[in-house]
Amino acid sequence: MVEKEKIDKSFTLSKEYTKNIKSKKFRSSILPLLILAPSIVLVIWIFVPFIMAIILSFTNYSFNFPIWGYVGGENWIKVLSNYDFWHGVLVTFEFGASATAVEMFAGLGIALLLNRSSPFTKILRVVLLFPLMIAPVIASLIWELLLNSSVGIVQKFLNIFGLYNVPWASSPKMALLTVVMIDAWIYIPFATLLLLAGLQSLPKSPYEAAKLDGASSWFSFKNLTLPMLKPIIYVTLIFELMFSLREFTIPFATTGGGPGDTLMNLSLLGYEHGFTFYNLGLSLPYVLVLWIIIYVISYYLVSKWQKSKVSR
Amino acid sequence: MENNKNKKKRRSIFGGVIAQTIVLLFYMLFALFPLFWMVVLSLKSDKQMFTTTFLFNPTLENYRVLLTSGGYLTAFWQSLIVSSLSVLIAIIAGTFGAYALARFKFKGKEMWAFTILSFEFAPAILVVLPLFLIYQSTGLYDSYVGLMLVYQVIVLPLIVWVVRGYFEDIPVELEEAAQLDGYNWLQIFLRRLLPLVLPGVVSAALLSFIFAWNEFTFPLMLAGFNVHTVTVVSLNYLASATVHYGQVAAAATISAIPSIILAISIQRYLVRGLSFGSIKE
Repeated sequence: MVEKEKIDKSFTLSKEYTKNIKSKKFRSSILPLLILAPSIVLVIWIFVPFIMAIILSFTNYSFNFPIWGYVGGENWIKVLSNYDFWHGVLVTFEFGASATAVEMFAGLGIALLLNRSSPFTKILRVVLLFPLMIAPVIASLIWELLLNSSVGIVQKFLNIFGLYNVPWASSPKMALLTVVMIDAWIYIPFATLLLLAGLQSLPKSPYEAAKLDGASSWFSFKNLTLPMLKPIIYVTLIFELMFSLREFTIPFATTGGGPGDTLMNLSLLGYEHGFTFYNLGLSLPYVLVLWIIIYVISYYLVSKWQKSKVSR
Repeated sequence: MENNKNKKKRRSIFGGVIAQTIVLLFYMLFALFPLFWMVVLSLKSDKQMFTTTFLFNPTLENYRVLLTSGGYLTAFWQSLIVSSLSVLIAIIAGTFGAYALARFKFKGKEMWAFTILSFEFAPAILVVLPLFLIYQSTGLYDSYVGLMLVYQVIVLPLIVWVVRGYFEDIPVELEEAAQLDGYNWLQIFLRRLLPLVLPGVVSAALLSFIFAWNEFTFPLMLAGFNVHTVTVVSLNYLASATVHYGQVAAAATISAIPSIILAISIQRYLVRGLSFGSIKE
């Protein structure tokens, strides 16, 4: 009787043991993938049009002609040896870098100013987000009405100071500035929101210690805030930079890439060849190169971000 | 002496606050004046559009035209359906996904995380043309399902990454305690963790709703006869023979309302929710 109980016990123990091992393996490899699966499925299908894009870039597919075939690397050679492509790369980086720089610095500045608790800042935290809620295509339009050289309210205001007929987007010199300004109008709130969230999650005690030691606020900012804020700064940078590198709507809606080719970035060039000239095969290398640029930079920045999170 | 120093310090702090407030006011002017102007333009008739500045007879004519001529109101509801259902699907799938990425160790974790995020940054122009061909041949063209499917690519990565960061901020001990109480992972997830990550989920939902609502390229190319969105329809008022800026402004004003209502109603969570896993213990 006692013997049997013992055997039973050891049996259940071993059963429990194998079950444990199994569930461990299940927990460590299968279960997380099962939980993650819906998210993967919902986005990974975009690989299909993506791979189609790669294949079509080696064809002379066009919306105009029903017959098409493979042309090898012809499109790629044509694009890569074309001046407008390299100019497009330059414009992409010019716009991406300047818009991101403005948005990051202004976003951080505003976030720091909003990081005090007062009724004024509490209202501003919500109200200052409003530009983000206007669709970029409509925002461009509003700004066009504001800046219009004959009836725009901004021009009327500048007239007071003797600045007549500021050309804004219609002059090659000011086009980039204008589009960056509109982009900043929309996306500074985004940077502010993320950076403010980061600021609010910082611990209070290091600041109190620094204050007791008589440290200046600049000292605390440089030696406490910036290092601790690093991870969220990376996140913000990733989103702002990627959004502005691939920006299409704002230059498209403001000047259509002009004047001339001043604002023709890779997205706009791809659109122009695909939709204006109906040459899909030739349009795809432009945007595929853009995709490679974005992928490489974002991969680099994401790994930097992960490291900054660990090293804290 | 000491008193004097304190006074000086107080004065400089006071001066600092004033300077800060002035900077904020300037930024406020930059951020909000265009919106104010949008509302002003929406109240002007076509005649007054170019002949008046601040002094004019406000009229609701633009809004009347917009709300009675059919197209806009339909597009508004259809946008609302597409955007909110997209976000709802993404929230359910994405919160689970974020949990897996935050709390389990498994092979290829970072690879999956980055793969999901990288789609968020894919240039729309790259995929929209092949997508057009696929949608045409599968019947997804100009349908709710088709739009909601492509919106997942915009909405879901954002949710996964925001909520993942939020999960990471929650101490593991809390989960271990629940495990000792005999809860399985699903119970722990639903009962213990979900209430705690709510600010992250709600903020991510707002941001992704805004991005879905504002999307222009995809609905322009992939829909437009049965299913309309506000962004595309608003521009129609420009394309017609006579440009009705007032109607565009009114369309823009109305289109901002859902996001603004959402933002105000969740403002309590808004800032807290977007820390991307940066809370330090």
